[in-house]
Amino acid sequence: MVPQQEPFRFIDEILELDDEHIVATYTFREDHDFYRGHFPGNPITPGVILTETAAQAVVVAFGIALVARESGRNEVEKLLTIFTDCEVDFSGTVKPGDRVTTTGKKKFWRRKKLRAEFEMKLDDGTVVCSGEVSGMGVPR
Amino acid sequence: MEQSEVMERVVKILTPWVKDEGALANVGMETNILEDLKVNSARLVDVVIAFEDDFDIEIADEDVDKVNTVGDAVTLISAKL
Repeated sequence: MVPQQEPFRFIDEILELDDEHIVATYTFREDHDFYRGHFPGNPITPGVILTETAAQAVVVAFGIALVARESGRNEVEKLLTIFTDCEVDFSGTVKPGDRVTTTGKKKFWRRKKLRAEFEMKLDDGTVVCSGEVSGMGVPR
Repeated sequence: MEQSEVMERVVKILTPWVKDEGALANVGMETNILEDLKVNSARLVDVVIAFEDDFDIEIADEDVDKVNTVGDAVTLISAKL
């Protein structure tokens, strides 16, 4: 039910999900267009894309699940989740072909606004970014 | 707690989210939080949680809908102290 689709979908699989947390994975395709410019000859996933990746899992997918549990799936169809604010620290780089696993934990869920702290790791355990992301459901 | 003290704390709590800092110079009970102070509506939940933490009170979601001005917030908070 996550509305973002290719080429702007950064969730492959949701591994864990309950009322308090979510774990999701995504593997960055080597043919993503942004690698052509970021950077020529040295492709690195932009921080804004990593932030979007975290937000799609931790705010959008998690938020949709919380709305569905609270108000039913019909309510989900009426809302669009918007990204409202974030604070992110970057501590590693993500190359084309890398898989990242994002773990998000709910800080608050109120009036359809969700804030969650998150950590994103490579398969070798390296933390590439962490912080908090927030979003809220608004009528479509 | 005196209403003036509540007012002072409310304004202090709001300040990090105020986009029109000039409006803070003339803030009063009639000052609209969204329209005058230009607080992003998406931040209202953050503001309410900050009110709850600072004053050690609970604010029901339905009460949040009644808060438009600084005075509304001061009145609501004062009633819970």
